Amino acid sequence: MSLDEIKIGGMGASRRRVEDNRFIRGKGKYVDDVVLPGMLHMEILRSTVAHANIKSIDTSAAWEVPGVRLVLTGEMMAARNLAWMPTLSYDTQAVLATDKIRFQGQEIAAVIADDPYIAKDACAKIVVEYEQLPAITNPFMAQDPAMPIIRDDKENQPTNKIFDWEIGDKERTDQAFAEADVISTIDLHYPRSHPSPMENCGSIADYDRATGKLTVYMTSQAPHIVRAAVAMVAEIPEHQIRIISPDLGGGFGNKVPIYPGYVISILASILTERPVKWIEDKTGNLISTGFGRDVYLNGQMALRKDGKILGMRMHTISDHGAFYADAQPTKFKIGLMHSTFACYDVPAAHLTSEGYYTTKAPGGVAYRCSFRVTEAMFFQERMMHAAANDLGMDQAAFRRVNLVKDDMFPYRTAFGFLTDSGQYDKCMQVGMEAIGYDNFKAEQEEARKRGKLLGIGISTMTEPLGAGNSREYDIIGIKMFDSAELRVHMTGKAILRTGAKTQGQGHETTWAQIVAHELGIPADDIVVEEGDTDTAPFGMGTYASRSTPVAGAAVAMVARKIRAKARKIAAHLLEVSEEDIEWELGRFYVRGNQERGVTIQDCALAAYSNIPDGLEPGLENNAYYDPPNLTWPFAAYFCKVEVDAETGVWDVLQFVAVDDCGVRINPMIVEGQVMGGLTEAYAMANMQYITFDEEGNCIGANYMDYLLPTAWETPGFELHEVVTPCPHHPIGAKGIGECATVAGPAAFVNAVMNAIEHTGVRNVDMPLMPNRVYEALQTGKDVSGMPPVKVG
Amino acid sequence: MYPSRFAYEAPKTLAEAIALLDANGGEAKVLSGGQSLIPMVKLRFASPELLVDINNIPGLDYMRIDEQGNLRIGALVRHEDLEHSTTLPATHPTLAAASHLVADPIVRTRGTFVGSLCHADPQGDWAATMIALGGRIVAQGPKGKREIDMREFVLGPFTNALAFNEIAVEAIVPPVKGKAAGSYLKLERRVGDFATASVAVALDMNGATVGRAGCALAGVGGRTIDANDAISVLVGKTLNAESIEAAAEAVAAAADPRTDHRGSADYKRHIVKTFVTRILNNIANSEQKAA
Ligand SMILES: Cc1cc2nc3c(=O)[nH]c(=O)nc-3n(C[C@H](O)[C@H](O)[C@H](O)COP(=O)(O)OP(=O)(O)OC[C@H]3O[C@@H](n4cnc5c(N)ncnc54)[C@H](O)[C@@H]3O)c2cc1C
Repeated sequence: MSLDEIKIGGMGASRRRVEDNRFIRGKGKYVDDVVLPGMLHMEILRSTVAHANIKSIDTSAAWEVPGVRLVLTGEMMAARNLAWMPTLSYDTQAVLATDKIRFQGQEIAAVIADDPYIAKDACAKIVVEYEQLPAITNPFMAQDPAMPIIRDDKENQPTNKIFDWEIGDKERTDQAFAEADVISTIDLHYPRSHPSPMENCGSIADYDRATGKLTVYMTSQAPHIVRAAVAMVAEIPEHQIRIISPDLGGGFGNKVPIYPGYVISILASILTERPVKWIEDKTGNLISTGFGRDVYLNGQMALRKDGKILGMRMHTISDHGAFYADAQPTKFKIGLMHSTFACYDVPAAHLTSEGYYTTKAPGGVAYRCSFRVTEAMFFQERMMHAAANDLGMDQAAFRRVNLVKDDMFPYRTAFGFLTDSGQYDKCMQVGMEAIGYDNFKAEQEEARKRGKLLGIGISTMTEPLGAGNSREYDIIGIKMFDSAELRVHMTGKAILRTGAKTQGQGHETTWAQIVAHELGIPADDIVVEEGDTDTAPFGMGTYASRSTPVAGAAVAMVARKIRAKARKIAAHLLEVSEEDIEWELGRFYVRGNQERGVTIQDCALAAYSNIPDGLEPGLENNAYYDPPNLTWPFAAYFCKVEVDAETGVWDVLQFVAVDDCGVRINPMIVEGQVMGGLTEAYAMANMQYITFDEEGNCIGANYMDYLLPTAWETPGFELHEVVTPCPHHPIGAKGIGECATVAGPAAFVNAVMNAIEHTGVRNVDMPLMPNRVYEALQTGKDVSGMPPVKVG
Repeated sequence: MYPSRFAYEAPKTLAEAIALLDANGGEAKVLSGGQSLIPMVKLRFASPELLVDINNIPGLDYMRIDEQGNLRIGALVRHEDLEHSTTLPATHPTLAAASHLVADPIVRTRGTFVGSLCHADPQGDWAATMIALGGRIVAQGPKGKREIDMREFVLGPFTNALAFNEIAVEAIVPPVKGKAAGSYLKLERRVGDFATASVAVALDMNGATVGRAGCALAGVGGRTIDANDAISVLVGKTLNAESIEAAAEAVAAAADPRTDHRGSADYKRHIVKTFVTRILNNIANSEQKAA
């Protein structure tokens, strides 16, 4: 008599995404769709140069434009102590520049006017006089003592260095290297990239002087963090601040930080006493908001002749732009870079990191990744590739020797993480079979005879998803737990709210499935709401694949609390003691008499109409979930390419992805996440990057230069699954939102390298554009992607 | 994206359109497909006071071959009209090859062939094919029509030879003498990407011998590169390894590329040479097959 879980849209159902009903009809409600009475419009004037002292800013002509209500400059912000704001990494960032321009695109002034056209016209009338300084476009230039100090606004900042950081065991690692038969090295740059969500950033600030309430519609992946930050910066009490993050047109980490535009729009609303809307344009988004990556990765590996890894060293030099604004757990200066090699049995490891200011946009956001895990895993798999070659070992065999074995869990990594589950070798086997790995060498040789260059690449990884447990993970002091609140109405329908914030992941669909699984209420009877800080419970938001591991767990836990109360009501209705009640999906029954039972809907009705003595009426609760550990999904990716030796153009012939993300709530959504992630991985490997010329001009400021792949060139992907449930997550799920972006790039790059490394080349920096691949083929030398790009 | 203020007119006749241009003394711009003009206006790279939309003017959307064998393409023929033509691959293989490579499928539904020529983007695809084919533009102004050779039409980056009060009403491709052969190859990083380097080759073949030879390049100079003189080394010759090598060398030498993030000048020149070689080899191979 038990319900069919798939039919009610529970766990494992490939339920269609309920949010798509409005998205495909153009009925989504994004920040830009919100129109408030009397709303004004704001435009930001951005710097055209990368590095300059500001000699003067003349706004007088802008004030003259009819329809202009307010022109704000850094000086006016400074008068209210708002010219600078704190970043998520305990640095400061200019809201509107007062002293100096530190990157091209930096915010200089803002015009608030009756419509956005007027605001834009007036921006063009502001005259800024610059005294140019040299652009510093990579951290090595930043080290040069002849270069100016970028952050001369700060005390105790005599150089352009931001931090030195290390983790691991240096002595043990040195020892491992002393004992090594072979030492392998690699030198890489993971280029700067931009998450580039379809919807740009924006806000509508609405300060009501009569009530003292500030409401801000905002493109935020973490509205509660914003509320806390605004309370601290704007000195408005927290209960008087309401942040509403409506539908988001993608985030990918780009909508985690707090941007100057938000802050300026808030002040503008306070000053004008009108709602003020600010919607960034695409160029503004690309040149000024949170970028990802931009790290130089250098490493060595100590190896035994038989292929066993004895130890590894890694050194990172990261380029953070003009302000250290990385959005990451505070304890770790370079994110979770030390998750590198977590899937391999590596006895000794040591990581050292240096971070630098440059005259580039700030950000360092976790672009579809768990805080620099993308760089960590890219480094790992490029290092593995180089090491296998140096050993003269087969790529797959080398990995299989070193992957953590199933019986080694829980496994403590050399950097201190605890991985808890996985079937790594099984994933390898599934992937190798699907791509025809064992035949490849013959295929490659045969193709060479016909003048064709084929290559195969492997990338495997486990990554730490779901920050975090509160012992180790906090952002500016706020612990990284999450929450859910569930209200079951009288007729058995329900509303669920969480502290996460969906931006394409499909929470409205999957959260309802978890509740359906736990309570047997059909998923279609549950509405899911997120993003309004006045109604949603406090949470840290959605990024770093943390929603299902943390908020999703809270959803299961709150549903279980509801079930526990419903059980009491059921006992009352069935007139037996609670101990004699059994549960099956959607229904309680009397032990030994399965016929005698009540449904969860019966219990809901009774909660409002027939409450046993001593029990509170109603059927609602909340849960705050602090995960005991991160979750550790595993990926094994295999890619086959063909390189055109005459042009350097490469094509993907086959791509096989094996993912183990534990229990899959909605397999269709999981596949969507993997497909999307692989598309971004392909983009990173092939075309999508931001660079700078010698003057510090951003190359990648629009979609003519910043290339996102389309359906046209994106290769097909073959997806496979292995399921190893997470041992500590209430429903056995692990994160999946980012596995493919994290593990994907190295698979493409390793494949191309495999096709061309007979020339002696060890590395070509991403993106592997045809000209770079051609150069490597011609010279047999490594090709660096370090900016600045020479033009002329 | 918020353009500066502009007026908009959508006349129903060419005469009205020309009168509007004439009356606005250089401050007006013709709007055809809008696929270049709208982005320029949106980004405020251009701030015309008036847009004269010619899309409502009837009779400009033809593509036909006249009695003399000229291919005539009206001002409102869209990129996709060329792409979907079933006859073009046989009559004008160079145009047919390019038609799939101009922009992306969305842009191709609106952008016009003639508008693209007028836009004179150094990376534009159609201008290269038209220079290789020895085409002409028909310009119409207050004083009537005149024809402008494509080699004189593109003056520089985003600059054409039209007077402010002239509209390009038609593009003409002269008849082929013999059998048309040719192609268009483009190195792009993604669909809709402008050319890193591209090559248009158009040959009139008399049996195995090259009659007329035309070539032009996009993406490898401050404007569309006219490589007709360079490829003329083929005239009167058959296509063989030696002649192909000589032609490819000559065309590559005519390129004037710049080093940038898409590649070094040498790389782009190398691509030009590779593409000329590939196109000519293909023609040679299909000639052999036909024989
Ligand atoms: C995303 C994207 C990708 C693109 N990729 C490519 C590409 O790969 N290769 C490529 O070649 N092009 C590309 N383009 C440009 C595209 O081909 C344009 O359609 C074309 O260049 C202009 O044609 P149009 O009809 O749209 O002209 P419009 O944009 O309307 O006008 C362009 C210019 O020509 C003038 N003009 C237009 N028609 C006439 C006329 N009849 N008489 C006089 N003046 C006229 C206008 O005043 C304006 O200055 C791309 C465009 C976009 C948006």
